[in-house]
Amino acid sequence: MHEMSLCEGIREVIVGEAARHSVARILRVRLEIGRFSGVEKPALEFAFDVVMRGTPAEGAALEFIDIPGRGWCYDCMKDVTIEDRLSPCPDCGGGKVLATGGDELRIKDMEAQ
Amino acid sequence: MCTVCGCGDAKLEGHGHSHGHSHAHGHGHGHDHHPHEHGPDCGCGTEVHVHRPDPAQGRDGGALHFGQGPAGVEVAGMSQARLIEIETDVLAKNDGYAAVNRRLLKALGVLALNLVSSPGSGKTTLLVKTIQALRARDAARSVTVIEGDQQTSNDADRIRATGAPAVQVNTGKGCHLDAHMVQHALERLPLAPGGVLFIENVGNLVCPAGFDLGEAAKVAILSVTEGEDKPLKYPDMFAAARLAIVNKTDLAPHCDTDLDLIEANLRRVNPAIEVIRLSARTGEGMETWLAWLDAEAERASPDARAAE
Repeated sequence: MHEMSLCEGIREVIVGEAARHSVARILRVRLEIGRFSGVEKPALEFAFDVVMRGTPAEGAALEFIDIPGRGWCYDCMKDVTIEDRLSPCPDCGGGKVLATGGDELRIKDMEAQ
Repeated sequence: MCTVCGCGDAKLEGHGHSHGHSHAHGHGHGHDHHPHEHGPDCGCGTEVHVHRPDPAQGRDGGALHFGQGPAGVEVAGMSQARLIEIETDVLAKNDGYAAVNRRLLKALGVLALNLVSSPGSGKTTLLVKTIQALRARDAARSVTVIEGDQQTSNDADRIRATGAPAVQVNTGKGCHLDAHMVQHALERLPLAPGGVLFIENVGNLVCPAGFDLGEAAKVAILSVTEGEDKPLKYPDMFAAARLAIVNKTDLAPHCDTDLDLIEANLRRVNPAIEVIRLSARTGEGMETWLAWLDAEAERASPDARAAE
């Protein structure tokens, strides 16, 4: 997707937080990435290194916390965990599953000093 | 992947800083068509460009400072590292602008639709025919258009030829419109209560899915020549859309396209999606589409909300 612009958004938030907390260096950033967030992790890592240059986050480690995909099975009438938007229901095997969660893309926290 | 996208040279056609040519405009440039508010940290004034932080503007150039930790001292061997909770969506800033746009559009009673598709699906032709049909039924109907493309004002020119006000947003290297670009485009359009605003996104089935512009609904347009499995190949976009228009149905017999299979694949990705089969060229399905538009515009209009 547009990992470069996502990283610019991340930079804005974490550099702002660093200033607010009076910390000079960001050592580690943890992102929550939903299964269906459309984010390509290697591309995000690449863009992160490039975009953070010259900021307090230069050289910071980037860690991912994977959030599973969730869906609503119209046949079972309940929430299920799915691997893919098109996955069948893991319980009944039916195909009528609407993805309801897993598009998270959040900055959880950062370690700084 | 568009690794260079979002680089910040997006501009509104005719209003960018670096245009080497001028356009004849049929629309006003005033900034006071209607009340508007700016999103967080905008401070754009009348300049029209999309702000991106300058990568060179690090807070302190990456300098190392000692003794500035919470303890105010530096003790060898003791880490001052600490955890700062953030819990912020990466797209929070875009979503902030989108919320402002949505409030403005709602206050005005304007139905805003975000039209998304691959390049060449026939979005602009469909829009031209739609505007002509809406105007033929009601010449006073307010229809406005925001056109997103990487380059050229060709599409906005085609829309303006119908008499509808249009603003072209050229994203430069960007692969999608974002809510901030749309906010500036809104300032330049004469939005009227009960009107319809079409936002024709950059032709791209991947990136625009993630960027809320403040629209009431995304409408995905898919032409029959693109293959029945397109919804399966690009599920994010079709999952995000409320309505799918299967366009160029007049070509289906020539391409051996199975329209039922397209529809089944759309529903696999999004069981709740509405589907309209249409040919902008022959007019097939246009009435269904116009009826859908009328119903949505009715829901968005101030009269309908007053009755609630």
